[in-house]
Amino acid sequence: MLSTESKQQIDREVAKYPADQKQSAVMSALRIAQVQYGWLSKEVMNSVAEYLGMPAIAVYEVATFYEMYNLKPMGRHKLTVCTNLPCALSGSTEFCDRLKEKLGIGFGEVTADGAIGLKEGQCFGACGDAPVLLVDNHTMHSFMDEEKLDTLLKELKS
Amino acid sequence: MTGVILEGLDRDRTWSLEHYLQRGGYEALRKILTMPMTPEQVVDEVKKSVLRGRGGAGFPTGLKWTFMPKNYVGDKYVVCNSDEGEPGTFKDRDILRYNPHALIEGMIIAGYAMGATRGYNYIHGEIWEVYQRCEEAIDQARAAGFLGQNILGSKFSFDLFNHHGYGAYICGEETALLESLEGKKGQPRYKPPFPATYGLYGKPTTINNTETFACVPWIIRNGGEAFLQLGKPNNGGTKIFSVSGHVTRPGNYEVPLGTPFSTLLEMAGGMRGGRKIKAVIPGGSSMPVLPGDLMMQLDMDYDSISKAGSMLGSGAVIVMDETTCMVRALERLSLFYHEESCGQCTPCREGTGWLYRIIHRIEHGQGRQDDLDLLHSLSNNIQGRTICALGDAAAMPVRSFVTHFRDEFEYHVTHRRCQVGAVSDSQEKAA
Repeated sequence: MLSTESKQQIDREVAKYPADQKQSAVMSALRIAQVQYGWLSKEVMNSVAEYLGMPAIAVYEVATFYEMYNLKPMGRHKLTVCTNLPCALSGSTEFCDRLKEKLGIGFGEVTADGAIGLKEGQCFGACGDAPVLLVDNHTMHSFMDEEKLDTLLKELKS
Repeated sequence: MTGVILEGLDRDRTWSLEHYLQRGGYEALRKILTMPMTPEQVVDEVKKSVLRGRGGAGFPTGLKWTFMPKNYVGDKYVVCNSDEGEPGTFKDRDILRYNPHALIEGMIIAGYAMGATRGYNYIHGEIWEVYQRCEEAIDQARAAGFLGQNILGSKFSFDLFNHHGYGAYICGEETALLESLEGKKGQPRYKPPFPATYGLYGKPTTINNTETFACVPWIIRNGGEAFLQLGKPNNGGTKIFSVSGHVTRPGNYEVPLGTPFSTLLEMAGGMRGGRKIKAVIPGGSSMPVLPGDLMMQLDMDYDSISKAGSMLGSGAVIVMDETTCMVRALERLSLFYHEESCGQCTPCREGTGWLYRIIHRIEHGQGRQDDLDLLHSLSNNIQGRTICALGDAAAMPVRSFVTHFRDEFEYHVTHRRCQVGAVSDSQEKAA
């Protein structure tokens, strides 16, 4: 189930740890699998478990513990916005209101066309850049405002 | 002013190995390997600098390094905690993206000083682009012979790897971080045993913060005494303060420890819109909040802030102006701890939920007369009763917010609305 490319990437991660500690690469392996599939179904998690020689339950534990894994489909693109105190003091609450309005969905939901999922995030460690928005876990957009949001949404929907 | 880590480096090109070498990078490593300095001499130099852990606890780094067993046969590890995710803290991200080689060199030196041959840098999940840059930086260092077997022709070998987190604040707790590195849920371990005796994969391990390691090359190059002189007695060196909230220019500012808060505020462009300062959390969201007037009298160092009843913590300075509703501010923080509790200890797992729900109902006009006492008793029943400090971190802001701004909380309960005009208006609109 894991593509050759995914397997190569996982191998690179496995090589970072002592030979008898393959399990250390499970977080990266799940991240890589999620990039391939968009979210982590039980089948995908099982294939990660098999590839790393881990009990499946140990993989589920990790996948359900860390926030950035998608345990359900989150649309073609997932947007995560930090709403914590430093961000809230710099306009993220209002920004989220606009974002929800534009998408017509709330946190934890996906637009009807399946294009965009929205998630409330906890601290990204980028409070100086507030409001901060994360696209698909891996691309951070700083100092967000409505204009930047419109451009971004247009890009993501095309 | 002399910067140690970030000053003058706020441009993207400064992160490369070439640029780092031009400004004296890896000279400290060369110095200890060719002079050579003994591991004990390196530790002594760090002790002399009075470098204190920059992750939050402020523990003397040199002393921490002596806890590693000297004659242990087998692997020992050096681990960097770059899992920066405490609301208000964003300094390590800038170190990693603008000066990653300072961290790498610092970790190699730490490895030498403690007889460790392998290191891991655990990077916060949400900063993927920064992680990728660190991957490249390590590749550069390895290709140049600063990592790997027989570094610079010496007998010393050390290798270093980045580990990418994926969204769990608790992994900033050092034993949770180790669990996570081992490929498990990040749930803290009982201490003792401490990581120096039973750490990563059960081996002796020392964990330091990114900024702590990044100070080390400077200390070895210029001497511990010179580093101490940058700050003030018992508070060596410069410190990066992440200033966020209601200031004109939020950002990272590296200043000598002991710099007056008022100077730091000025560097951040002062209060946004010229409004009046109301409150400051001086060391990250887990630390007690202090009234703005009091903060204006204080210096930014471990001892001054602790004397005033808070802690310097990670150096995350969250500034709030007169339009801030303190109940609402605390509600945001409480939600964070509720979400991030790992669920292992009952007082924290259940207590953080209680705290959030009570503050939430006060904020939404549903507060009861005995809620403030309830918050106090709940905080008492969480603090000190959990395996790790997350429980304390959730309780301390609650206690300090209610103590310093009790009238606001009481007003919310009695009048079922906010005392702060501007905020209450916008909230009513939102509701």
